[in-house]
Amino acid sequence: MDFYEYLVDNAEPLSQEALDHIVVVGISVGIALVLGCALGVLAHRSPRLRPPILAVSATLLTIPSLALFAMFIPLLGLGTPPAVVALVLYALLPIVRNTVVGLGSVDQSVLRAARGMGMGSWRRFLRIELPLAWPVVLTGVRVSTQVVVGIAAIAALVNGPGLGNEIFRGLRSLGSPFALNLVLGGTLGIVVVALLFDAFFIALRRLTTARGIR
Amino acid sequence: MTSQATPMIRLDELTKTYRGQPHPAVDRVSMDMPRGEIIVLVGPSGCGKTTTMELINRLIEPTSGRIYLDGDDVTRADPDSLRRRIGYVIQQIGLFPHFTVAENIATVPKLLGWDKKKIGDRVDELLDMVGMDPSEFRGRYPKQLSGGQRQRIGVARAMAADPPVMLMDEPFGAIDPITRDRLQNEFLRLQQQVQKTIVFVTHDIDEAIKLGDRIAILGERSQIAQYDTPANILASPASPYVADFIGAGASLKRLHLSQVSSVELDTGCVTARIDGDAEQARERLRASERAALLLLDADGRPQRWVDAGDLSSTDLFKAGEPVGAVVESTSTLSEALNAMLTSNSGVAVVIDRSGAFQGLLDFETVMVAARSERDFYRAAKVPS
Repeated sequence: MDFYEYLVDNAEPLSQEALDHIVVVGISVGIALVLGCALGVLAHRSPRLRPPILAVSATLLTIPSLALFAMFIPLLGLGTPPAVVALVLYALLPIVRNTVVGLGSVDQSVLRAARGMGMGSWRRFLRIELPLAWPVVLTGVRVSTQVVVGIAAIAALVNGPGLGNEIFRGLRSLGSPFALNLVLGGTLGIVVVALLFDAFFIALRRLTTARGIR
Repeated sequence: MTSQATPMIRLDELTKTYRGQPHPAVDRVSMDMPRGEIIVLVGPSGCGKTTTMELINRLIEPTSGRIYLDGDDVTRADPDSLRRRIGYVIQQIGLFPHFTVAENIATVPKLLGWDKKKIGDRVDELLDMVGMDPSEFRGRYPKQLSGGQRQRIGVARAMAADPPVMLMDEPFGAIDPITRDRLQNEFLRLQQQVQKTIVFVTHDIDEAIKLGDRIAILGERSQIAQYDTPANILASPASPYVADFIGAGASLKRLHLSQVSSVELDTGCVTARIDGDAEQARERLRASERAALLLLDADGRPQRWVDAGDLSSTDLFKAGEPVGAVVESTSTLSEALNAMLTSNSGVAVVIDRSGAFQGLLDFETVMVAARSERDFYRAAKVPS
């Protein structure tokens, strides 16, 4: 059976796994966005907290993914929960770092003018700082997503959802005639998912960036 | 006490000390700023003039001392609502890049909760006031504006809620000299209309002399070396420090103080329409005692200088020489003198705001004006 026939025969399970993959990545990046923005704002505001926040989120990214997924099994068991927690941790660094950079690149004179006109600190943050930093933050989210789409394949190791299951099935049946098709199918699916996410972010960037700074 | 006599802004022993610094940045400064005047704080960089200004809208909190705005003690008032009552313009302007021109101008009215209709009307009114067409500029973004236009929007934004007081920190500092001159003139014209109390910070003494109704020359720690009208400061500097700061050429600087419209213009100049009859023009020139004639276009705008010989030429549009030094009647004598020197002619052609010819200003008149002003100020200083 050649690869093309394999794809046609397995279109349904493959697309289901691709959908699972998208969902688990989406949830993880969504949580990481909220958490990462909060940490980024904290790091931006407090020069004392900045080094530890950046150091911890950078360290998280260096933990081998296999180990990180396995680490949460005693706490959260198998399945989606440990997968999501691990993916959130991986997604943090680009978002935190870009939030800090984005907020730091907002023109100080703009903020001084806003303050001098009697704009309170909350409003200043929501109306001025965040919209101006947003394109940079969003770039961080995009990088995070790319990182996490790949790593999410390994979540299959802890019975997580997604296209990783396809790849691991292939690896387990190494030597059988289907092994290569399984691995190729999973990998190709991940590439497609990654491209879909990227297209989504390009559209999102256009939609959510204020016209004056596009 | 009537409200006329209450100063718009009163600083009382205002002091700012930063932690870990041995000397205060601003040391017990007391000052009364009368309403409707431009008060310029001028001094070398690092003297604390910006700090002093920012104490007024409490961007910097004073360590001690009091601030009164229109008689009210605002030293402990809510800073945000205080700032909405005070217009604020900075050198970098700080327009919000993601807001349109209209949204930028509407910032403070929106904070004050004005309704949409009122805000829209006010935005258009302000754009008109700063000489920008509302229908063209309302929807633009700051990056689509030139430096001078951004500066105008910055001023319009500061005036949006019609605050009685404006603080301006080197608003023309980052603009090229030619545009700066024009903006300064516009600014003075605007101030004649709106009559705000304006605190203006600059390090440029020439700008201070040109714009200020009153100038405070500040030394270290914002200590007031002299606080007086520009004329009095130029005529009698209170200390060697002030004299040094004014620098050489005080007589020349005095020319900044008078407008072209304050001296008598030579209106006897012969003029003719550039598209008119050359023969007739030659007749009129011969009848006068003048050596040259000024050609004007249909709207009365000066075009070329021609003498009797040039008038025999068939094409008046190419005859003679183009007019060199042209100044508006609201320009200062110093600008007129400058125009004469750069165009290498002993006479400047004076026009009104629409560009129509008003008269001639010659070198001699400027010199006489400079001398007589000096004598005038000397006379005023002689003890009786």
